Amino acid sequence: MNDARKSILDRLRLAQCSDSAFVKCDDQNDPVDPVLGPDERIDSFIDRMRAVRTEVHDAPHDSWLDILHGVCQARSLSNLLVSPHTRRGAMIYAAARRFPALKDYSQTIEDWKPELFAAVDAAVTSAYGGIAETGTVILWPDAHEPRAMSLVPPIHIVLLEKSRIYNSLTEAMQIQNWTLTGMPSNVILVSGPSKSADIEQTMTYGVHGPKELIVILV
Amino acid sequence: MNNRVVSEKPQAVYFYGTCLIDLFYPQAGISAIELLRREGVSVIYPQSQTCCGQPAWNSGYRDEALAVARAQLALFPQPIPLVIPSASCAGMMKMHYPALFRDQSDEATALNVAGRVYELTAFLVDVLDIRLIDLGDPISVVVHTSCSARRELGVGDKLHTLLRQLHNVAILEPENSAECCGFGGTFAVKQPEISAAMALEKAAAVRATDAQRLVSQDCGCLMNIGGVMEKQDQVMPGRHIAELLWERTKN
Amino acid sequence: MSTEFRSNVAHALKRDAVQTHLKTVVDRLRAHRQGALGNDAAFERLRNRCEAIRADAIRRLPDLLQQFESKAQRNGIQVHWAETTLQANQIVLDIMQRHRATFLVKGKSMVSEEMGVNTFLQSHGIGCLETDLGEFIVQLAGEKPAHIIVPAIHKNRREVAHLIHRHFPGLPYSEDIETLAQSVRHFMRDKFRSAPVGLTGVNFMVAETGTLCLVENEGNGRMCSTLPPVHIAVTGIEKVIARLEDLPPLLNLLTRSATGQPVTAYVNMINSPRRPGDKDGPDEVHLILLDNGRSRIAGDPELLETLHCIRCGACINHCPVYRQIGGHAYGTVIPGPIGAILEPQKQGLDAAAGELPQASTLCGACAEVCPVRIPIPAIINRLRWESVRKNRQSQNSRPVVPGAGSGRKSLEALIWKIWAWCCTHPRMYNRMTKLATRLRNRLPADMGAWTAVRKAPKPAQSTLHERLRKMDIDHE
Ligand code: SF4
Repeated sequence: MNDARKSILDRLRLAQCSDSAFVKCDDQNDPVDPVLGPDERIDSFIDRMRAVRTEVHDAPHDSWLDILHGVCQARSLSNLLVSPHTRRGAMIYAAARRFPALKDYSQTIEDWKPELFAAVDAAVTSAYGGIAETGTVILWPDAHEPRAMSLVPPIHIVLLEKSRIYNSLTEAMQIQNWTLTGMPSNVILVSGPSKSADIEQTMTYGVHGPKELIVILV
Repeated sequence: MNNRVVSEKPQAVYFYGTCLIDLFYPQAGISAIELLRREGVSVIYPQSQTCCGQPAWNSGYRDEALAVARAQLALFPQPIPLVIPSASCAGMMKMHYPALFRDQSDEATALNVAGRVYELTAFLVDVLDIRLIDLGDPISVVVHTSCSARRELGVGDKLHTLLRQLHNVAILEPENSAECCGFGGTFAVKQPEISAAMALEKAAAVRATDAQRLVSQDCGCLMNIGGVMEKQDQVMPGRHIAELLWERTKN
Repeated sequence: MSTEFRSNVAHALKRDAVQTHLKTVVDRLRAHRQGALGNDAAFERLRNRCEAIRADAIRRLPDLLQQFESKAQRNGIQVHWAETTLQANQIVLDIMQRHRATFLVKGKSMVSEEMGVNTFLQSHGIGCLETDLGEFIVQLAGEKPAHIIVPAIHKNRREVAHLIHRHFPGLPYSEDIETLAQSVRHFMRDKFRSAPVGLTGVNFMVAETGTLCLVENEGNGRMCSTLPPVHIAVTGIEKVIARLEDLPPLLNLLTRSATGQPVTAYVNMINSPRRPGDKDGPDEVHLILLDNGRSRIAGDPELLETLHCIRCGACINHCPVYRQIGGHAYGTVIPGPIGAILEPQKQGLDAAAGELPQASTLCGACAEVCPVRIPIPAIINRLRWESVRKNRQSQNSRPVVPGAGSGRKSLEALIWKIWAWCCTHPRMYNRMTKLATRLRNRLPADMGAWTAVRKAPKPAQSTLHERLRKMDIDHE
């Protein structure tokens, strides 16, 4: 297929000498980015997330474990997928008796796909950041919190540090320096549970991904 | 778009009647000229004018469009505005002559003419700042803003600005008012089924307002929507905006 | 003159119920977009910015593609180039065969529709399962998508209910949208779990980082690109953008223009296959870059704006013609205004799609809403010219649109010649118009298509030219 590559690029190069219109744009700075103070950012984040059917808990100082406990109880979860290797994950494991059975994503997916699909009620992951403008959590999957945790279980619970809520995606990319530090195999921006309006433009939730998204601000 | 390039009220303007008005709606042309003259503007009507060339341009017959457009260019030598009682034809001259004449020997003339073109309602509002006194009986009119006025020239609201000055006129909007009526020039001939479906829907929306008159700034739309209503034996006379304004404000 | 398109249209217009349903949904989509515009000035600035991003990307297309390729390869993504849809299909087939895979799960992708990959793989005994809810419905019905964002736009909930019931007789019949969606979820879960290969489209490729960006709401795209051991992404070469920072404004504009949402549920940014230490993700990620006419389009300074498209569907939702006839009547993968300019350029003006530039009143609604401001009516005008132009070879070195000149009919051309002659000879013009006014009561009442739903227009008693000659105005 190298022939295809060469002929496509050759044709494009040949085309390039034409005086194609150059559109200049003076609006280089993201024009719609609001600049909010820390509290406004949190408020906006909460509003926007709720607008896309996300349950958001603003945990007062050090109460996030209690809130997580409440979330599990309210849904009578029988198990919870959470990594013991993150700081907060370790705290959950330390209080294990308050929670349903804790499971760790310790093997590769191939080793426990059927269980992951059939027998996990909910997963807890951390967030790499939040976006106030759109009500979005940034997920940065790694070896401890793999990609499928936020995808396969019917309930996804996210722990987000308030200090990591940014105005906009642009700001998050810049401050967290995504291009330089490099991204994981997969970065996911999540704004609400899975949904579809494919039938009659009427919204329905929980189509393929999680049916519920719960964010606990810590 | 604000068409104001002439800051002061011009003494004289050229008037371009358009072929459709020439043959089917001469009263609209007369009314427009009367309105202009009442404002103290003298009107020059070059008798050699025919068609702006739009039908051919929109059909892909660029050589023919160019020949016809070129024949019009020569008719407007003085540096005065060129007023056209049709957004569609004004749009052709203003927005498409530059492309049509690109790299032609008379490109400069074409650009010059295009720069002087005004759609009638925009000219009445923006340049003449016309004041109207309604002398007519109470009446309700439904407005159809042509796509050329609304989107191509961005002067769709001028018609409302004018109508709002007429105190005895109740202005109604059809449902889905921004939707095209389905005329589209040769489109109506090339794709008659789609055109008919669009025209029927528009006519139904217009009729549903129960207005006494249909007004527009473009006679093509009036011919299309009016033609449907006539066929269905619905009586709602169509009026070009100039005709309605003149009818109701002349003593 | 009966053409394939005209008979499609006639068929579509006869189906009253479908037409009524379609209009309701189209109007809903328009209202959603309207509700999402927000501050006008800010929205226009956002459009300026995105227009510039796309124009810049297309202007530097070969450089950006190479930059993207080397970044993506360094990240471990296998990049394939395909000049034709056949080549692209062959690449997919090779990958499938290498893995001895007999079926794949598919996320929504218009390029895969363009390739006709389902049919191609089927002929090699490989099954493709559409997993997007709308695409799945369309697949069950044995149809093609009727819209690029809302594939099953033409089906109401009752039809969907019947379809599901027919294919899954074990399930109780329901017209409740949530129940229907849950049935599909349940069915798909098994498939996601066991599929050896997942195939998806791509919304943007970021040259700077080698990232593939996919936008979706349902999560099926994530399933297809995360769970199977092999992920194949297919896309057109025009989807590249220069920098990561170009992405946020485009995402913002895309979702708001498409469905009026401020944001989609998921933005999926794929950088690499599974890395050492990762516990999931595909072991192989393949990207197939499809040309299929795009590089030719890039050679024309006017037509290349077609490639700026970000496939938001706004032009389709706002097109009065689409609203009447729906997507299937176009007979192409992409319907509506963008389809009417893109498909004839790809397939040629002499193909069935060559008629599509005629399917427009030039009302300008498409250009008004297009987020990246593609001048669709101007391109339609250009294609109409290309279709009837005399010299099949263009004078300069510009590549011609395939099939240029094929639409020229001698009778029509003659009529335009005569028309032009009259309009350039005012005396003759005046004689003709005067004659028409004098015969006004004797003109035929049947003017063919025009009078099918309208009364024939009647010339006035005398022309404006005549009347003004009697008035005291200057005639120069
Ligand atoms: S042409 Fe413009 S409006 Fe239409 S799909 Fe493409 S980007 Fe959207």
